[in-house]
Amino acid sequence: MTKLTRDDVLKLAHLARISLTDDEADAFVSELSAILGYVEQLSAVDVSGLQPTNQVTGLTNVMRKDEVKHYGYDSIDLLHIAPKTEKQQLKVKRMIG
Amino acid sequence: MSWDPIAKIANDVQASTIKAIDLVEQSLAAIEKHKEYQAIITVMAEQARSRAKVIDEKVANGVKVGRLAGVPFIAKDNILVRETEATASSNMLKGFVPPYQSTIVERLEAEGAICVAKANQDAFGHGASTENSDFFVTKNPHDKTRVPGGSSGGPAAAVVLEMAPFAIGTDTGGSIRQPASYVGCVGLRPTYGLTSRSGVVAMASSTDTIGPLTMSVEDAAYVLDVYAGKDELDGTTIDRDPQGYVLPPITRHLPTTKVGIIKEWMGEGLDDDVRKSIEKAAADLRAAGASVEEVSLPSLPLALAVYYILIPAEVSSNLARHDGQRYQFSAESGKNLTESYTHSRAKGFGREAKRRIMIGTYVLSSGYYDAYYKKAQTVRTKLINEFNAVFEKYDFLIGPVAPNAAFKIGENADDPLKMYLVDMMTVAPALVGVPAISIPVQPSGTTGMPIGLQIIAAQRQDRELLAFAAAAEEAIHE
Repeated sequence: MTKLTRDDVLKLAHLARISLTDDEADAFVSELSAILGYVEQLSAVDVSGLQPTNQVTGLTNVMRKDEVKHYGYDSIDLLHIAPKTEKQQLKVKRMIG
Repeated sequence: MSWDPIAKIANDVQASTIKAIDLVEQSLAAIEKHKEYQAIITVMAEQARSRAKVIDEKVANGVKVGRLAGVPFIAKDNILVRETEATASSNMLKGFVPPYQSTIVERLEAEGAICVAKANQDAFGHGASTENSDFFVTKNPHDKTRVPGGSSGGPAAAVVLEMAPFAIGTDTGGSIRQPASYVGCVGLRPTYGLTSRSGVVAMASSTDTIGPLTMSVEDAAYVLDVYAGKDELDGTTIDRDPQGYVLPPITRHLPTTKVGIIKEWMGEGLDDDVRKSIEKAAADLRAAGASVEEVSLPSLPLALAVYYILIPAEVSSNLARHDGQRYQFSAESGKNLTESYTHSRAKGFGREAKRRIMIGTYVLSSGYYDAYYKKAQTVRTKLINEFNAVFEKYDFLIGPVAPNAAFKIGENADDPLKMYLVDMMTVAPALVGVPAISIPVQPSGTTGMPIGLQIIAAQRQDRELLAFAAAAEEAIHE
């Protein structure tokens, strides 16, 4: 049964771009281990001859015309949703350093 | 004051025997009166009143408004309504006011419906009690110390508290059916793809559906008929039934119906009162002439494990967009972009969202993908095959919605896995993509809390499911 370590949890948190408090990291060690322990029951299931399902209604290659349509709002309206913008672009903190 | 059937309300508004503004005021009064249940996040009083006035003017000028003329409704907070805050009950989306709205709301409004409020939920749809709302817990209308179920607990409680004739919720793994069962209303999960996900805050894209919560099957069918079907803004949508979903005046005869009662859901772990209610419902259906026999789907006990691999995987992908740079909320701290991400996500997400993102990240990570995600997708195929085989022999499947009636607030809060077990009976239809409905049956003999019967049909048999549920509603006595 999977037993995550505190380092595993911190590594996962980094991959998921979430900083954890010490309390959260401690709680997740046991909680995530319990959840993974539960779902691991699938490893014993025989699925020989079966393919994985990605789409349940059997749709494939849904196409539409490549054309511009107007839906009653502009890119500027969408930019208003963002916390910081400048010159009609998202403004973010420095990426290096 | 309770509401007339939705079709009648719309007819009366069109006939000018009642006014849309009075209906809106009735809704707003009920919302105010039942404030203490905390079902509602945002009341849209002014928007609703001005829409009502426009509708009343149209009627006065002899203009045909539509099939939902003047009918108030409540939307779960993850369903976008233009220029109205949509938080999905999360701190991450607090202050998010979309300039566009969901296809569902667009279609409801096109027929004259009026959104009066946005309702509480578990944040981002993660939960079965509304206790995971980042703001407050909604109380069960039948007992304030108990949860209303979730994640659509706010919309479900709102309908029972008569705040509107219908509410719209979302069901990813049970989030409409389970709260409907806990509060005693009707809750429909349509076939996957029948309801556009455009403008709905994404949880798990391969199982997210949008469905009505009402006080009768007739109303649920009437509302679904307005908004079901293909949408160019959602590539996974499918064609609606050419016959539509409005129930015929004479409902289906039960004697021609073959019903299977699911063996795996009636065994260990099922509360005695729930078992009694479901067995009584089955007996009532038999007495009305239906054939009801036990049926086994041996892989059903695996569904919850499949669900809690696939759904966190999809959740972790869908919630990646909430990075503190695009949707309103952003942590001030952090010296560079990476820290701005990690700090914003630390503050904006609640404990359950973090938990699911972490599990999803784990099962999708290199080296574990085949063992978890791909294996779960393959067991999903096994489930689909078993459902298909059973629907060769039976028209409908029945069973409980959840292993218990509504539990006490706080009862499951400290054990996430125990909370997940509440989803045991609702996740399989979601994974398989079939429609399912919860209708109220005999309440718990011990606590008096409502209990729902789950009825499941084959994929794209939503019309048949609704007709049977309406007949069952009459045949089953509380």
